[in-house]
Amino acid sequence: MGSLPETEHPVKALGYAARDISGVLSPINFSRRETGDEDVRFKVSYCGVCHSDLHSVKNEWSNAKYPVIPGHEIVGVVTEVGSKVKKVKVGDKVGVGCMVGSCHSCDQCASDQEQYCLKMVQTYNDATMTTYGGYSDHMVANEHFIISWPENLPLDGGAPLLCAGITVYSPMRYYGLDKPGMHVGVVGLGGLGHVAVKFLKALGVKVTVISTNPKKKEEAISNLGADLFLVSHEQAQMQGAVGTMDGIIDTVSADHPLVPLIGLLRPNGKLVLVGAPTKPHEIPAFPLLFGRKLVGGSLIGGIKETQEMIDFAAKHNITAAIELIPIDYINTAMERLAKADVRYRFVIDVANTLK
Amino acid sequence: MVKSPEAEHPINAYGYAARDTSGTLSPLTFSRRATGDKDVRFKVLYCGICHSDLHFVKNEWGMTVYPVVPGHEIVGTVTEVGSKVEKFKVGDKVGVGCLVGSCSSCESCANDLENYCRKQILTYGSPCFDGTRTYGGYSDHMVADEHFVLRWPENLPLDTGAPLLCAGITTYSPLRYFGLDKPGVKVGVVGLGGLGHVAVKMAKAFGAEVTVFSTTPNKKQEALEGLKADHFIVSQDPEQMQSAASTLDGIIDTVSATHPIAPLLSVLKPHGKLVLVGIPEKPLELAAFSLIMGRKIVTGSAIGGLKETQEMLDFAAKHGVTADIEVIPIDYVNTAMDRILKSDVRYRFVIDVANSLKAP
Repeated sequence: MGSLPETEHPVKALGYAARDISGVLSPINFSRRETGDEDVRFKVSYCGVCHSDLHSVKNEWSNAKYPVIPGHEIVGVVTEVGSKVKKVKVGDKVGVGCMVGSCHSCDQCASDQEQYCLKMVQTYNDATMTTYGGYSDHMVANEHFIISWPENLPLDGGAPLLCAGITVYSPMRYYGLDKPGMHVGVVGLGGLGHVAVKFLKALGVKVTVISTNPKKKEEAISNLGADLFLVSHEQAQMQGAVGTMDGIIDTVSADHPLVPLIGLLRPNGKLVLVGAPTKPHEIPAFPLLFGRKLVGGSLIGGIKETQEMIDFAAKHNITAAIELIPIDYINTAMERLAKADVRYRFVIDVANTLK
Repeated sequence: MVKSPEAEHPINAYGYAARDTSGTLSPLTFSRRATGDKDVRFKVLYCGICHSDLHFVKNEWGMTVYPVVPGHEIVGTVTEVGSKVEKFKVGDKVGVGCLVGSCSSCESCANDLENYCRKQILTYGSPCFDGTRTYGGYSDHMVADEHFVLRWPENLPLDTGAPLLCAGITTYSPLRYFGLDKPGVKVGVVGLGGLGHVAVKMAKAFGAEVTVFSTTPNKKQEALEGLKADHFIVSQDPEQMQSAASTLDGIIDTVSATHPIAPLLSVLKPHGKLVLVGIPEKPLELAAFSLIMGRKIVTGSAIGGLKETQEMLDFAAKHGVTADIEVIPIDYVNTAMDRILKSDVRYRFVIDVANSLKAP
């Protein structure tokens, strides 16, 4: 017998869900588990709207289990902790990102890389368990997956860091693109891209933004502090930058050619994909061999690294550039997001607008 | 006025050259420069036949200017040294690989990575600053700048060691650079040919656990018994591939025929590295998700710098790593090329130049 969202668990919850592939969200009554010994329960203050939320609600990855309650950039205030919880107490500010569970016994978990655990549990729409995300009044999650929120980091501007932030921060560290004086490109100036620019500048790295939209130049340089700006279809501009970059963080999920980006790399340079187009890329082997260049991927980051990233952001005053919205604006926000019409992340003011 | 190969330089030389895109080789008299201050001149004893030679003589890469004398796995005995040469003397055994020049001033050269210098001069077929092109080791003698001449280790055989100058360094370098040289590391080798068989031997010498991937099931015995690989998988068998899912730290892919890399990515563990050392003609299809879900890497590697090539030769001598070869007289070279196309060689032809190349 299937259980309904409303009666699956003992504690009532309220949120916004998509019920079919139209992706249109509307209010839903559902339920969450009780606070277990190792659980932290918190009232949701804000939740960022990640482009993945849009992909999910529309079943673009063919894995939606409706009703889908998205949201994995969640911040709030602790209301209850289980008896074994040590990390936080009632009243503390906390965050939850893209993961709420993992196996804790594999090599990946043992090396604080829970995101690569084969049994990693996603904050919403998980494949094996029923999970509901942060477009809701409150969350409950295992302590391990709770991020302690630094005092001086704004909740609203900081929420998107829980996905966008860690997604770009982790590869900067892993691929060694974090040394002062290096030159790193950022492809795409959206939710991920704008945060990437901020982190790289804080690390002392020279940044070139690569975009299809010439109008983003002013904001890239004046607002975000990027050093240079290239329009990716302008041959002369791209040619002039050939062989100049130590690495590139490619945030773009629309289909786009990788070959011109590989050309921008110096020998031993690294093209890191964090956006995932649906169509496969085509890469010739030649430019990889003659320059020993690499194309690598990266997926969010482990919990330890997410905490490190949040603390780094607090220290360097890094927040996302956001547009705060009431929850009933969410469908319009999704439409605007599909058209890249946002500078650069919508954040839902959940606490004040979810009734 | 363009000079003929015979008249370009003061010293007579002779060898085998291809004259057109048929790639058929035949005797050629040509010439080489006089021994400069920093040059080492040597009589060629053996020269390995690399598959690149075949691509080049048929102009498959679009950069061949005929006549071309191939050969970049060259060993011999020094006959003359320039006045400023310090590392070699007459009578020494030496080798020359794929490079005979570079700019010496770029960042790559400064980091002993002449192989990534944009102005590198290849051992054959490359334009030189004096307007001529280089001629390779299918010839009676060579002359090269000391910097690009390798000292031949005492206990390394000349004939079976010659192929290391390309195949050896091409596989040694990425095993080192990508951290696949630690004991117990699980390494895959795709393709069991000239590069592949040397990759297996190098990886085993590093203490790796080696899995060979091949489309040819009957290479299993030689992989496991001959080359001492630990596992053998037929890459087109989905069940065998599935059984190897997520098990390898890295893969050295030596295959230049077009082939899908998605199945190879699935055999990598998270954080695993797929290193291409063969050069497929057509672009590879790469789904971003397959790299993102597991933080995997696709990359390439091209030979190695001179310092590392010397290090590789010394390593090979120490660990008894040599190529499996079939020695041939130079007039067999066209048949050899045909057989290479059909992968009908275990695993490198080596030309016995000194004993079979006769003066015209």
